[in-house]
Amino acid sequence: MSRVTTLVLALFLGLGILSAQAAEPIKIGAVLSITGPASFLGEPERNTLELLADEINKSGGVLGRPLEMIIYDDETDVNKCVLAADKLLKKDKVVTVLGPTVSGNTLAIMSKFSTAKIPLISCAAAEKIVNPVNPWVFKTAQSDRHAVARILNHAKKTGFEKLAIITVSDGFGQAGRAVLQELVPAMGLTLVADEVYGPKDTDMTAQLTKIKGLAPDAIICWGTNPGPAVIARNRVQLAMTTPLYMSHGVASKKFIELAGPAAQGLMLPAGHLAVFTQVPDDHAQKAVLAKYAADYEIRFKQPVSSFGGYAHDALLLVAKAIEMGQSAEPASIRDNLEKIQGFVGASGVFSFSPEDHNGLNEEAFVMVVVEDNDWKIID
Amino acid sequence: MDPSSLLQYLITGVTVGATYGLTGLGFTIIFNTTGIINFAQGEFVMLGGILSVAASTAGLPLPLAILTAVTVTTLVGACLERSCIRPVSSSSTINLIIITIGASILIRGLVTLIWGKDTFALPHFSSMEPIRFFGAAMLPQSLWVLGITLILLVALKSFFARTMWGRGMLACSFDPRAAALMGIDVSRMAMASFMISAAVGAVGGVILAPLTMTSYDVGILLGLKGFAACILGGLGNPFGAAAGGVILGILESFGAGLLSSAYKDAITFVILLLLLFVRPTGLFGRSASERV
Repeated sequence: MSRVTTLVLALFLGLGILSAQAAEPIKIGAVLSITGPASFLGEPERNTLELLADEINKSGGVLGRPLEMIIYDDETDVNKCVLAADKLLKKDKVVTVLGPTVSGNTLAIMSKFSTAKIPLISCAAAEKIVNPVNPWVFKTAQSDRHAVARILNHAKKTGFEKLAIITVSDGFGQAGRAVLQELVPAMGLTLVADEVYGPKDTDMTAQLTKIKGLAPDAIICWGTNPGPAVIARNRVQLAMTTPLYMSHGVASKKFIELAGPAAQGLMLPAGHLAVFTQVPDDHAQKAVLAKYAADYEIRFKQPVSSFGGYAHDALLLVAKAIEMGQSAEPASIRDNLEKIQGFVGASGVFSFSPEDHNGLNEEAFVMVVVEDNDWKIID
Repeated sequence: MDPSSLLQYLITGVTVGATYGLTGLGFTIIFNTTGIINFAQGEFVMLGGILSVAASTAGLPLPLAILTAVTVTTLVGACLERSCIRPVSSSSTINLIIITIGASILIRGLVTLIWGKDTFALPHFSSMEPIRFFGAAMLPQSLWVLGITLILLVALKSFFARTMWGRGMLACSFDPRAAALMGIDVSRMAMASFMISAAVGAVGGVILAPLTMTSYDVGILLGLKGFAACILGGLGNPFGAAAGGVILGILESFGAGLLSSAYKDAITFVILLLLLFVRPTGLFGRSASERV
């Protein structure tokens, strides 16, 4: 081999190493419930992360560095979630972790992140994740409190004073029930009935008959499919005309399909993503929602879901924080996340502060009513 | 408490109770022949519902979809007996019971693989317009549930009491050896009992699906409540199982309406336990000495 060729070769090799150093990927971890009972939440989240990471990398990455996503499946199992979190923190040396999908798993791994000094951006709903504030933990899903406030404001505006609640006895329902019990009297309304049903119950006429006897102005039901659909059907069966509010837990087409004609006229708070086609063009979120929905449908051949939106916001917020601080160091990401103001995401407009790690308010929800087997924005 | 509410609680209780009773019926048939408690009984009910939904979404008219669902479930019952129970039929009853638990998990798993974890609804058989009387309301589908339960009950009762097959099946449960010596094909009787109970379970699943909706895991709770209904009524007695189911349903409904819905299930099971302390054989059970 001649000296010139060796030199050229060495030069190329050197350049190769240099350019590799310059574009060292930013490692972002995620632990999601891609399989198991919460797979309907975790799968769109995984899809969304892959979609966005590809898009960001194609357009040159963040700070010129590509994003490397390391995504683990916790199978909706708290133990597997803890193991996956340990692996991300100790072995993979990621700068930030997105997820977990469900509240229980998030609460189980939260404390690790303040010890490791790595930011965690959860996609779960429970208020306990950000209240009290853990400096290293953020979340992108709207809190139950925002949904409850939205419903109660609507009820107050309409002139409903006596309210009845019927909640499911699982984690989602218990959290909603606690907030309802707190906010109903706090907003000057009266709670006249507080009924509970089991997640597998198939007939709630007994609870509804009891509520009917107390003659409330409106009923609020807090649960996820299929319970609320049964309640909607039972309400029609008992010829009750009392207005019925549902939680954001049933803001999917599946609910309308299950409840059938009984869904007509029911009201609920939903994220803007569920009704993005009806969001007015001048709304801050319109462009983000339309782009995300279109990209998602083209790539995965299925409609976008609000749950994917949580992951959408989590990844883009981290990218934003890295750009703001011009650094992918965990501490810098954390500090800059706290400074983000007016960031337009799929779930709402985020404005974080050292006291507020959710960054959303009740404006993140719109009130919708079921009409002609579809959602219609009413407020 | 006004009378129309009380009437509504009663109607709710009887309808829900009939569903427990129907599941309970299936337990008694297999128990009567083999002495096994089949914990996959709830899965037969689930299969009836899921398969009829699948068949009707595939385009079959409702009656045909129902027939398909019941036939397929009956075959599943036969397969279960042939592949899981018969090869190990010489082991103790408790082992066979554990096998049925395994089978129930397997069936649930397969259903999840094919149809996923979503909930499905079947259209009502007749109108969805509630029937009203004295301030209470009832869906026509509830009448279907009550009527079909009653017909099945009477049919089973006369089957076991009057037909050769029915009596042969009873004989197998009391003493399989003696039954075999009398020329009864014990293994054939066992298979027949699994098929009949699968068919009964599937019919239950089909008539319930419009009211309660169905998903891969509805069998767990129905199986548990059906088993409780059997115990309450006295194991091995189809009439007892149905009555036990109805009593359980009424207790639940009044518990939820008059006391607190939060403790609905707890109230029911506490009453069940108390009753069993007083009458261990259940309300309509034969005295224990006969079974020993």
